[in-house]
Amino acid sequence: MSDALVILIPLLAVVLVAAAIYAVRQKDLLLAVIGTSIVSLILSVLFFMLQAPDVALTEAAIGVALTTIIFIITIKKTTRYEE
Amino acid sequence: MIYYITSIALILIGMYAVLVKKNLIKMIIGLSLVDGGLHLLFIAIGYVDNKTAPIFSKESLTAADMVDPIPQALVLTAIVIGLAVTAVALAIIIRLYDHHKTLNVNKIRELKW
Amino acid sequence: MRKIITFLFLAILGYYMVNLMNQIPFGEDRMNVGRYYLENTVSETGSVNTVTSIVVSYRGFDTLGEVTVLFLAATGLGAILFDKRGKKRRKQHASSLVRTTSKLLYPLIVLLGAYVFVHGHLTPGGGFQGGAIIATGVLMMYMSYRKFETNHKALTIIESVAGLTFITLGMTGLILGQTFLENFLPLGTPNTLLSAGIIPIIYSAVGFKVGAELTGVLDTLLKTIR
Repeated sequence: MSDALVILIPLLAVVLVAAAIYAVRQKDLLLAVIGTSIVSLILSVLFFMLQAPDVALTEAAIGVALTTIIFIITIKKTTRYEE
Repeated sequence: MIYYITSIALILIGMYAVLVKKNLIKMIIGLSLVDGGLHLLFIAIGYVDNKTAPIFSKESLTAADMVDPIPQALVLTAIVIGLAVTAVALAIIIRLYDHHKTLNVNKIRELKW
Repeated sequence: MRKIITFLFLAILGYYMVNLMNQIPFGEDRMNVGRYYLENTVSETGSVNTVTSIVVSYRGFDTLGEVTVLFLAATGLGAILFDKRGKKRRKQHASSLVRTTSKLLYPLIVLLGAYVFVHGHLTPGGGFQGGAIIATGVLMMYMSYRKFETNHKALTIIESVAGLTFITLGMTGLILGQTFLENFLPLGTPNTLLSAGIIPIIYSAVGFKVGAELTGVLDTLLKTIR
């Protein structure tokens, strides 16, 4: 069981940093927002690995759902592509 | 140790987005990434090896085998306040776009005179 | 040119931060104040969730400040996006699969949010998590139906009454001769629902307030879409 965790945590860290770099370099703003929500989701799993269940629940409820919808409404009312 | 390096990488990537990018929404995405990196750094500092979550659900758990509860209480408040700041910033961006018709920071500075 | 200077600055910053983090070893026991909170939380406040007792009872004044910040953010958002032309209609229904599923799931999601904030002192959870779950359920109904409306007057009344409950409970502690936000109800046996004095009442008030506020914010934002 702990062998799986030794491989899982570095794998999640690599996917986290890759998603963050993708969110910053992408020119289509809608895909950048989806990258931000993937970062929030993996952060919630990492908080659970660090034995903090309250913080994991808060980050999953607020960072994944509400931040993404507020960004998407703003993108719909302004430009979609960054020039 | 890998938690420290991941959180420092998130903070640096977010700061790069705020300093270099020219679109206003990209800057707010960068601020959101900096927030996430800071919260991970706080919780990683408060972790103790081989201990468990700070909830006394069974009678056999004592106070000697739990992780530090104080950083978790601080980060709980910080996540909600991060959401509030992001929401107000995006409302101001919607009003700026209605007025200037562009979201490029160089052009918004030019239109003043 | 700007990119090169930025990379240099970020590299220097990263080097110093990694050096600093090397002096804080990972996973070592460094608690001083945390140990006091862990040892005394069940006997002094009666709640078994230590993070809840820190947020509501030991540092309850900071939670009052956070509720104020959320209230100001929701008010500011409504003031910035004020639209004189009235409400706008959304354009189309979602498909019938989405409509049926969201009608079945909506009461269950609201029930889950209420469960999370009522049991805040027993399981992981609390007022802020429960309020966010309720707001997400209402958002799902907004996305599926064209004519789904929430009552703005009812939301304002719920939010104000919940905020007044928080302040009144704090003032009652002051009137009874002790400190602000003092736990004046009997503590009961730990690990049951009716324990921990005023902590479940305060967290329920915070859950109602945060749920109503976030629903109002989403309502304001979704009505301004053309």
